[in-house]
Amino acid sequence: MKRRAIEFKIDGITVKGSAGQTVMDVADQAGIYIPRLCDVEGLEPQGSCRVCTVKVDGRPAAACTQPAAHGIDVINNTPEILSYRRDLIKMLFQEGNHLCSICEASGRCELQAMAYRLGIMEPAKYPYLQPVRPIDASHPDILLDKNRCIRCGRCIRASQQIDRKNVFGYIGRGINKRVGVDGRNLADTDVDVNDSAVAPGTCPVGCIIMKRIGFHEPIGQRKYDNAPIGSEIEKTRSGRGKE
Amino acid sequence: MARTKVIEIEPLTRVEGHGKVSIHLDDNNNVKDARLHIVEFRGFERFIKGRPFWEVPVIVQRLCGICPVSHQLAAAKAMDIIVGAKKLTPTAEKMRRLMNYGQIFQSHVLHFFHLCSPDLLFGFDADPKVRNIFGIIKKMPDLAVQGVMMRKYGQEIIKATSGKKIHGTGAVPGGINKNLSIKERDGFLKDIAKMKEWSLGALALARNYTLEHMEMIQDFAAFNSNHLSLVREDGALDLYHGNLRAIDAEGNAIFNQVDYRNYNDYIMEEVRSWSYNKFPFIKSRGQNDGWYRVGPLSRMNTVDFIDVPESRKAHEEFKALTNGKPNNMSLAYHWARMIEVVYCIEKIEQLLHDPDLQGDDLLVKGDRAEEGIGLVEAPRGTLFHHYRVNEQDQVTYCNLIVSSTNNNEAMNRAVTKVAHDHISGNPTITEGMLNHVEVAVRAYDPCLSCATHALGQMPLTGELYDAEGTLLERKSRTI
Repeated sequence: MKRRAIEFKIDGITVKGSAGQTVMDVADQAGIYIPRLCDVEGLEPQGSCRVCTVKVDGRPAAACTQPAAHGIDVINNTPEILSYRRDLIKMLFQEGNHLCSICEASGRCELQAMAYRLGIMEPAKYPYLQPVRPIDASHPDILLDKNRCIRCGRCIRASQQIDRKNVFGYIGRGINKRVGVDGRNLADTDVDVNDSAVAPGTCPVGCIIMKRIGFHEPIGQRKYDNAPIGSEIEKTRSGRGKE
Repeated sequence: MARTKVIEIEPLTRVEGHGKVSIHLDDNNNVKDARLHIVEFRGFERFIKGRPFWEVPVIVQRLCGICPVSHQLAAAKAMDIIVGAKKLTPTAEKMRRLMNYGQIFQSHVLHFFHLCSPDLLFGFDADPKVRNIFGIIKKMPDLAVQGVMMRKYGQEIIKATSGKKIHGTGAVPGGINKNLSIKERDGFLKDIAKMKEWSLGALALARNYTLEHMEMIQDFAAFNSNHLSLVREDGALDLYHGNLRAIDAEGNAIFNQVDYRNYNDYIMEEVRSWSYNKFPFIKSRGQNDGWYRVGPLSRMNTVDFIDVPESRKAHEEFKALTNGKPNNMSLAYHWARMIEVVYCIEKIEQLLHDPDLQGDDLLVKGDRAEEGIGLVEAPRGTLFHHYRVNEQDQVTYCNLIVSSTNNNEAMNRAVTKVAHDHISGNPTITEGMLNHVEVAVRAYDPCLSCATHALGQMPLTGELYDAEGTLLERKSRTI
C-alpha cells in the first residue's frame, strides 16, 4: 500500500517524506544530519541516547523515534539544542573511561567524532566516574571493554533483530544499568565472529573489538580522519542553501 | 650535635620531566652527600596489566612526549615476539628504522639547541635572563632557526612513519601500518642537503667546544664507569637492533654480543627509598661496581665503528681523543650526541633512496608466544621493555628499564662530584653554582618523568635548611 506523502520543515527547510517514517528518516533522506549515537541504519530505533533530540512544534522529541507528520515544524540546529547535545556527550565521556589517546577505536569512534563535530574541546564540569569494569577477554577473537560502553544498545538490538540471538542484554537499572552477556562471559555465549552484533560499525565506540586488529588502520585513513561524522548524510543533499 | 644543611634545587630546569637535587652539607659547608631525586611516580608497569597486548605500543609511549617513538618501538619489538613475527618485512623494518632515526634526530637537536646550548654558548655562570633559548634567538638567530627547523624535520619524519608527530600508531605487533608515499619521500629529499649541512655545523660546534674547553671538561663531572649499549653483530652502531655489549672504564669487555632477550641474566635493578627511579647494575660486577652509563657517550665508547661516512670520521676523531679508550667525561656527551645527529641524517638519506619504503607488505605473524622482550637505543640510551601475555591476549607482567634509569647512578655521581668541586666550602649559594649542578645533569639529557612542562611557571629555587628543618636561606629565580 502506498504511504501518504507528507511535507514539513526542518530548520525552515521544506522536506518531503511519507507517513510511517520518522523525523530522522526524512531528515536523512533530505541530506540533513541530525546527530545520533544509539540509532543506526538497519536496527529498530530505541531513542535512548537522546542526542538526536529536536524540537517538534516546540516540544523536545527524539528524532529517531518521533513519527514524521505533515505540517510539523522541526528545529534541529539551534544554540540551545546544540548545548543539550554537548551536555549529553560530555556526560557519556565522564561516565566511562574514554581515553581516546590510547583507544584503538580512535578515528572511527562515533562518540569521539560527535565530540569533535559538536566542538567539545575540553573536559566537562561533571566529575569523572572512572568505572572499574573487568575486561572480558574470554572469547578467542572478540574482546569486551565495558569501561567504554555507552549503553546505546546497538549490540543488543543487532543480536536480537538480525542475528536472532540474545548474546547481549541490559542488566540493572538507572545509573547501574549496563550491558551484560548471556552467560558467565562472552566465551560462554553463542556469539559468532560473523554476528552483526559484533560486526564493525555496530558498536559505536571501542567496547566490542575484534582481537589482534588494534591499530592496523593508519592515522589519516580512519573513517573520521578527513570528514566529520554526519558528512556522509550531508553530502547527499542537493542544492543546500537554496531552499 | 653536628648540624646538617640541605640545599634543594627543585625543579631542575632545561631537562625533560621533573626532578630535584638535594645537597647535604656539614657545619663547614663541605658536601656530605648529593642526590638526584625523581619525584614523580608513573606506574605504567602496573596499569598496563590486563590490557590487550596490541594496545601496548600505543599506551606505553605515553610515558614520554619527547621519545615516545622509542617506547613504541621497544614495545612493538616485544610484541613482534608475542605474535611470532620472527623477521619483519623489509618495508616494516625500514619504516621503523626511519621513524627511530627521525626521533633521535629531533630529540638530540632539541636537547642541543634548546636546552644545553645556552650553557655552552653563554657560560655556566651567565645571567639566567640571557642563558636560555630566547637568549640564543636574540644573539644567534640563524642558529636558533636551524635548531627549530631541524627538529621540525625529525618530527615530520615521525609523522610520515607513525601518523602523528607525537604519539602516533605506526609500529604495530608484527610490522608497521603504513609505508612511505612517493610524495612524502620527495618532500624529505628536498631538504636533506640542508639538514646534513646544519647537522655537520652542529657537530663542529659541539666538537670545537669540547676541544677548546678540554681542561675544564676532563674534570667537570668526569669519572670512570662501565658503559652499555646495543651493537650490531659486526660491532657497528645500530640504534634499532643489535646485541648487548658492556665494557668497563678501560674498554675491556664485561659481556659482548649478548642476546638481549637474556638481559635478566646480566642486569639487575636496585631500589632506593628516596627516588622513584631504580638503580640498574651489571650482575657480575655487583651493586657497588656494576653501575653503568648509557646514551650517546656510551654508544661512542662501545661500538667499533659507524657505517656511514661523515659520522664514521667524527667517531674516529672522538675515539682518538682518548687513544681509543672509553671517554668518561660527562660533558663529552654533547659531542657524542651531535655525532649521532649526523649519523641519523646520513641514515635517513640512505633510507629515503630505498624503494623498500614504498612496499605494501607490512605485516607478518607466526606462532604465538607468551613472553616478549624488546630493546632499542633511545636518544638517552638503551631502553628495555619486557612483557608476558596470557592465553586471552592480556598483559600479565611488564618491566621497563628506561634509558634515564640506566644513567641514574651516573647522574647522581655527576651531581655529587660537581657539588664537591663547586659548592663545598662556599658559605653562600649563588645561582651560577646551582647551574653548575644542573649542567652536569643536563649533559645526560635525562627524561626524568617524560611529563609536560608549564612554560613560565618553572622557578629554580635553592633552599638551605638546618637539621631541624628550619629554613636558613632561600634563593629563587623565575625564567
